[in-house]
Amino acid sequence: MTLELRHVSKRVGAEIHIYETSLEFREDGFNILLGTTLAGKTSLMQLMAGLERPTSGEIWFGGKNVTGVSVQKRNVSMVHQQFINYPNFSVFENIASPLRVARLTRAEIDRRVGEVSEMLRLTPMLGRRPSELSGGQQQRTALARALAKDSDLVFLDEPLANLDYKLREELRDELPRLFRDRGCTVVYATSEPTEALLLGGYTATMHEGRITQFGETATVYRQPADLLSARVFSDPPINTATVTKKNGRFVLSDAVSWPATGDREALKDGRYAVAIRPHHVTPFAQEKNDVRIDGRVLVTELSGSESVVHFDLGGQTWISQSHGIHAFEVGARASFYVDTGQCMYFGEDNALLAA
Amino acid sequence: MATKTQNPKAWLFVLPVVALVAFNALIPLMTVVNYSVQETFGDNVFFWEGVKWFEQVLHSERFHASLLRQLMFTSIILTIEVPLGVAIALSMPKKGVGVSVCLVLMALPLLIPWNVVGAMWNIFALPDIGLLGRMINGLGIDYNFTQQPGAAWFTTVMMDVWHWTSLVVLLAYAGLRSIPDAYYQAAKIDGATPWAVFRFIQLPKMKRVLTIAILLRFMDSFMIYTEPFVLTGGGPGNTTTFLSIDLVKIALGQFDLGPAAAMSLIYFLIVLLLCWIFYTLMMRHEAQ
Repeated sequence: MTLELRHVSKRVGAEIHIYETSLEFREDGFNILLGTTLAGKTSLMQLMAGLERPTSGEIWFGGKNVTGVSVQKRNVSMVHQQFINYPNFSVFENIASPLRVARLTRAEIDRRVGEVSEMLRLTPMLGRRPSELSGGQQQRTALARALAKDSDLVFLDEPLANLDYKLREELRDELPRLFRDRGCTVVYATSEPTEALLLGGYTATMHEGRITQFGETATVYRQPADLLSARVFSDPPINTATVTKKNGRFVLSDAVSWPATGDREALKDGRYAVAIRPHHVTPFAQEKNDVRIDGRVLVTELSGSESVVHFDLGGQTWISQSHGIHAFEVGARASFYVDTGQCMYFGEDNALLAA
Repeated sequence: MATKTQNPKAWLFVLPVVALVAFNALIPLMTVVNYSVQETFGDNVFFWEGVKWFEQVLHSERFHASLLRQLMFTSIILTIEVPLGVAIALSMPKKGVGVSVCLVLMALPLLIPWNVVGAMWNIFALPDIGLLGRMINGLGIDYNFTQQPGAAWFTTVMMDVWHWTSLVVLLAYAGLRSIPDAYYQAAKIDGATPWAVFRFIQLPKMKRVLTIAILLRFMDSFMIYTEPFVLTGGGPGNTTTFLSIDLVKIALGQFDLGPAAAMSLIYFLIVLLLCWIFYTLMMRHEAQ
């Protein structure tokens, strides 16, 4: 069923938590809310779930205005970042609790709990209490409760954030599969761009109480509507600078400039904000249209297969991300190569002009 | 396997604690043990009496009566203070200025010295000049806590409830505040009733702090002395003579040091035993 926000806003006291927002979520695939902490993901979810009432606007679900409808009557489920289970219920009772409230028959409850616990590999743990489970199992119990309820609308509020890396990967792979054939609308909040990309579906980028863009995840990633959306959807942070276009070239500094090719030729002369993702700034030349820039190395982070180097470029911190281990001396000057073909250009109002 | 090496120097580091414990616990306790098995006639002349005082105390009806009173008092105040404390904690505001106001109001009775509480309630409950006493009599109920055992009990219990419910409130409130909002949201989404929220979320989450609260209230009320002593002096008659008041009467009133010492030890063992049973039961319940 369709979930739609019509001019929804939320204000608490003098603080605006959600600015006026209109949006229609998709029924197929995950709807991902991507934004940093305090971007308003949880606030928006609580409005949509019916835990809070919007200050203005309407929420429509399945063609009906549900703005004033209480949460119990909406048939929604939610999984939180913390592992929320009833502490003195067994896993079975935890999964069954919403079904008991709904007064299903014993046979039906047994059937549904059996089905979802099989799916989430909880069957051997059904007799245990949440405190006897690992974090991953506790969160799977919470997920099982949401699944067993067979809601029309499921909210997953950073469900993997408190899990360790290995479990997170495992559950992340399972999640889309679990919800695929259920015919429910899923809204998934995360603060990690990588997670959004891995889950696919549709992504809404959020920043300080506003949805900056909504669309297919890959499209939002490749063609951010504005600089803000590009920033939200980049990890490590996207590199930005101001360039001036004249004589068919983009000029960053006296020493650094590159030709405007393709549809960028059409851009008028003037100042533009340029953004480039860290993995298109490498310590070695890769393609013909690479432009060399020099900076002072500030921080280097080496992981097993990657080097992330923060460097100072004319007063701004830029980041280079590349495969392999590249040693840099902190404080030394180093050269990096920008794949200018991947640069995104934004106008005065920060809207995307060319990518 | 590495061999365990013993370093005798380690004892040096334990020594200060051993000395401290010896001075503030072991030596005084041994003095009491010393008195409890001997008869003394002054001039530091002692006669060995064995377990005679213990037998005497354990068989005395007076001791049985005070023990019974003590158990009754403790059960009454626990059954009032724990549910009342939880109820107050549940109805306290969760945010805003109200929180600090409530917390300060709650903490006030705890800050008042015990003998002051006794004196306050004594004056408060006096039937001729006390606010409470006059009010009750004004309602047409004959009330005089210095003469009626029932009134004396009522006043003593009220005083303890006034003085100590706050402790339960503060502990229960702390327990409640530690429950993340997400639990309430989850319950709301499930369609749980307020009773179910209390029974299956709040109460289990408060269990630890409530265990502490009950244990503290149990120990304190079982050893209560100052407040009822100032309020009623154990009277009228000896209807509010609890164990510790009785003990002081025997030790200092009658100067029966032997029986008093034996009674102290029995008293101590009862408190220890009950606390242990209590704690074990609660922990076992938790483990399930």
